[in-house]
Order: sequence, then structure tokens, then C-alpha cells
Amino acid sequence: MFDLDKWQEIFSTIRKNKLRTFLTGFSVAWGIFMLIILLGSGYGLENGVREQFKGGAVNGVWITSGMTSKAYKGLQPGREVKFTNEDYDLVKGSVDGIDLISSRFWINQDNTFAYKNNFGNFTISPVHPDYGKIKELEVIEGRFVNNFDLEKYRKVIVIGEIIKEALFKYPDTIAIGKYINVAGVPFQVIGVFHDEGSETEQRRAYVPIFTAQRVFSGDNRINQVSFTTNLGVEKSNAMLETITRQLAAFHSFDPADQRAISAWNKAEEFERTMKLFAAIRLFIWIIGIGTIIAGVVGVSNIMLIVVKERTKEIGIRKAIGASPRSVVSLILQESILITGFAGYIGLVAGVFLLEIVSKYMPPSDFFANPQADFQIAVSATILLVISGALAGLIPSLRAARIKPIVALRDE
Amino acid sequence: MIELQGIHKSYDVGSNKLHVLKGIDLTIEEGELVSIMGSSGSGKSTLLNILGILDTYDQGEYHLSGKHIKNLNETKAAWYRNQMIGFVFQSFNLIPFKNAMENVALPLYYQKVSRKRRNKIALEYLDRMGIKEWAEHTPNELSGGQKQRVAIARSMISKPKVILADEPTGALDSTTSFEVMNLFKEINSEGITIIIVTHEKDISERTNRVIHLKDGYIENITVNSPEMNIANV
Repeated sequence: MFDLDKWQEIFSTIRKNKLRTFLTGFSVAWGIFMLIILLGSGYGLENGVREQFKGGAVNGVWITSGMTSKAYKGLQPGREVKFTNEDYDLVKGSVDGIDLISSRFWINQDNTFAYKNNFGNFTISPVHPDYGKIKELEVIEGRFVNNFDLEKYRKVIVIGEIIKEALFKYPDTIAIGKYINVAGVPFQVIGVFHDEGSETEQRRAYVPIFTAQRVFSGDNRINQVSFTTNLGVEKSNAMLETITRQLAAFHSFDPADQRAISAWNKAEEFERTMKLFAAIRLFIWIIGIGTIIAGVVGVSNIMLIVVKERTKEIGIRKAIGASPRSVVSLILQESILITGFAGYIGLVAGVFLLEIVSKYMPPSDFFANPQADFQIAVSATILLVISGALAGLIPSLRAARIKPIVALRDE
Repeated sequence: MIELQGIHKSYDVGSNKLHVLKGIDLTIEEGELVSIMGSSGSGKSTLLNILGILDTYDQGEYHLSGKHIKNLNETKAAWYRNQMIGFVFQSFNLIPFKNAMENVALPLYYQKVSRKRRNKIALEYLDRMGIKEWAEHTPNELSGGQKQRVAIARSMISKPKVILADEPTGALDSTTSFEVMNLFKEINSEGITIIIVTHEKDISERTNRVIHLKDGYIENITVNSPEMNIANV
């Protein structure tokens, strides 16, 4: 397929018409550049929002106790709904299809953590063993809380990376097995975790919930129950409804009271957001392809002029033995070369700009790591070659129809 | 070599038909040097185009070197032109952005001869035309006579059966015309059939036979005596 002569001929005609070729190529390069920038920004937006979903399984459901806002069965609004371990059991028993489940209670003020001469203020989060998976924590050393810890009221603790850094100073120091002082109570470190979420999430330490209830509050209070299910958005919504009804009956509040408990079905929100991004991506492709079509029409137009200008040359070639096919491929390849090369420049420029933006732009909640991934680059390249061929198609067919006797007629 | 029997050709001009060739019977033997004369509109260019497989004919039979030339598709016609026919034009029809050597080598490109080899062959032909030192020059750096030599070299490089020349001296001064005719005679002496369309009497006088066309018919054919040829040299 590689035909040096043909390419030399194409290059010689391009060299003769530098400005024209440049202007034509520019429109295509611009089209691809815009497509890459748009797609990259779309991804940036999506990444930003995805970031918000991080630090927790996307199929998680979170139920937090609140304060009633509606009068119900003669009871005044403004009552606090108090969750206890019984509510954990109630949620667990009320529906089928729960995969992982954990409760949690708030210890609102930060506590002083100390190890030898190092100390700092961090948050204690009492949880069940499943919580590590629901929150999608990455345990990088040791292990997470397990059932034995819970049953035996062990004073064990899983600390965030930042806590380890603060208390143990040297990153290669072994923390596992060491006792740290938490609000005056010694806890043994059994694990260190990393959380994809915000920095606050790294400043946490997880302890078995029963231990914490004993040590810190002295009762069986909890504030939140979270669980995951693999049954899909619709089922999880139905589950949430059943649970809400049972909790409402148990705590005597209006099931329609939005404030009594706050329930968040992450899967639902996640799905809605992803659908939105799919729509945005489609929109971007439509705009991008529209821009490229404008470029393609430009190239096609120029190639028609090229064919017109080269009528005589093509006539000569045909007279001395060029087949229609060789004429078609000559024009087609020139068109593909111009669009391909120009498009590639646009592609590289677009990716380059995105790289710079993602490197130097301050992090934001809604925009992170704009990028054109490999898949986009490949699809854009395929799009380019097709556009080039499309742009050259009509002109090359016109060139193939040139009759030598007409082309060679002396003026 | 060339056999034409009852060739008719007409063109559509608006709603009318323009009958250009009205039954041409002609035989040209291998190795002949023939000229076709006629005033404009006599059909000589049309005849040349049909002979060169650049145009089709409506009726009759055309055999070139034993092959029946009829209803060829474009690819096949291009192949026959490439293999059997060399063209020389009044306005040279060289490709302006290619140098002399590349222009001469072009027919071999369509025969898929490698670049190196066809350029070497092209140089040999330019040498025979006496313009080897101009091989690297583009056509606009050459004089009319030099351009026509390049064109003749190009027409010969594929070793055609017949060279068709359409007013080859029309754009040249008389001295250069004379030199070009000498070249044609030299090539013809190697056995290649040459057909020249011209309206210059002193050109046609130097060919073996002159075919006079008038209004689409062959008016008459005159045979030039060899003496006359010699006298003119």
C-alpha cells in the first residue's frame, strides 16, 4: 500500500500551495481541537462530580436519625429520634437483600490522640466491621475492625494515614500493635487506612461500636445505619421505603416526615448523575462532529478546486496510462493526508492544553483532571480518516471522470 | 497495424447531431510515417482521438495491432494506451512541477517500474534526444524545442507500437520544427509507426503518405516519393 511515488507527488502539490493547504488544514485542526477540549472538559466535570461520590460504595444507603418536624399521633414536632442498637437490628431484620450493614454513632468533639510525645486532635468513629467496605476504605496496614473485636469489647483502633503520620512521625515506623492514648483510654492500633475522600476522612479513627458505647457514652445510642445492596436502584428505593415505615412505627413519627430521619440512597443519585453526564457527552460529540463537518466541507471544497486546477495534469496522466482508480487514490490520499495531519496537530494541541490545565488549575469541587483518554484519541483519529476520505470522495470521483480529450484540448 | 473500417462518429450539439466522421476506411502498415491533413473541422483531431483510444466511435471497426478496440472500459483503455500508444501534443503537455526526467519516466510509473529503474531509462531516452543535461530542469526552464524533445522521449519510453503526434510542430519555429521532424524520421527508421496530424505542408511532405481529410471523409491519399523526402532533408 505504501507507494513512495504517490506520496512524493502529493507532497509536491502540497508544497506548491502551502497557504491554501494550511488554511484548509487549520479548519480541520480547529474542529478536532475543539472536540478534544470539549470532551476533556466534560470528563473534567464528570471526574469532579465522581470525586464527590468517592469515599463510599455507590450502592450504599445511609439512614441518619434527626428531629421530627410534624406532629404525629398527638406528639409535638421537634422531638429527637433516638436510634439505638435496636434500630440496627430492626433495619437488618426488616428487609431482605442487604449485603453489608453497619451502624455508627457520632462523637462530636475531637479527642486528643497521643503516642509517646506526639499528639493531635482527631475524630473517633465507632462502627461495625462492614463499615470498612461500605465506606470503601483501603486498609493499607493491618486489618479493619472484626466481629471478635465487637463481641469482646476490645479496645482496638484503625487509624487514618494522617493520624499515623502525626503520631508516629516516620512513615516506616510500625504502628500495628502499638498502644495509643485516645481521650485518656489506651487503644491498640490494628490497622491503618486510606480514604479516597477528602482530608477530613483521613483524620478519622475507627473503633468497634460496642467498645465505644461502653467507653465514651455508656449507653446503646447510635446515629446512623448504613447498608449496601446489589439489587439495583428500584429495589433499594423500595427497601428504603419499608425500612422508613418500620422505623416510623417504632419511633412514632410520621413516615412522610422528611426531617425525622434523613435517608440518602446514593445509588439513585449516582445513576441520575451518570445519566446526566452521558447526555452531556452526547451533546459534546454532536457539537464536535458538527465542527469537524465544517472542516470536512472546507477540505472537500479545496480538493474540488485542486481537481479543477489539475484537470490538465490528470488528463495527461490518463492519456499516458493512468487508470481511473489510480487517479481516485491520488486525490483521496491527498485529502486524507491533509485532514489526518491537520487533525493530528489539533489532537496533540488539545491534549497538550488539557494537560496544562489539569496540572496548573487549582483543585475544585466540580472540576478535576480534565483529560482526553486513549479511547477518545482513537475515536477521534478514526473520525479524522473517515472525514478525510469523505472530503476527498466527491473531488476524486470528479477527477476520475475527467476525459483526457477534453482536458488536453488546446485553448 | 492499424485498420479502420467504416468509422462513424457524431457528437451531440444541443438537440442536433454533429456528424464528424462519415465512414473512414484506412489501413496503416507497421513502420509507416503517415501524416493526416485537413482544415479545421475536417475531423482530423477526432480521428486521432479514436486512434489513440481517447475517444469512442459509433460505428465501424478499429483494430490496433490485431486487437479489436471497441467498448473498452476506462481501465482497459488506459492500459492499452500505456502499452501501445505514445502521444506527442502541440502544447507539449508536460507536468509542470516534475523535472524532465520524471516527466519522461511517468508512463513507466503506471507500468509499476521501480523509481530508480525508470529514471535510469528516462535518462537514456533524454540522452538520445540530446538533452540529457537538462534532465533535472522543470518544463518552464526549457525552450519549446527542448520541451517537445522531452515529450517525444516520454512517448517512446514505453516502447509503443505507434506514436500519435497532434500538431507536434505547431508551437515551434521552423528550425526547431525541422529538427523535431528529423527526430521523428529517426525514430520511424527504427520501425515505430508514426502518425502526425498537421496542417503544415512542409511537414506532411516529409512523411511517406499524406491522408487528406475533408468534411469527415478521406478526400485522397497522396504517396510522397522517397526522392522528395531526400530532397527535403
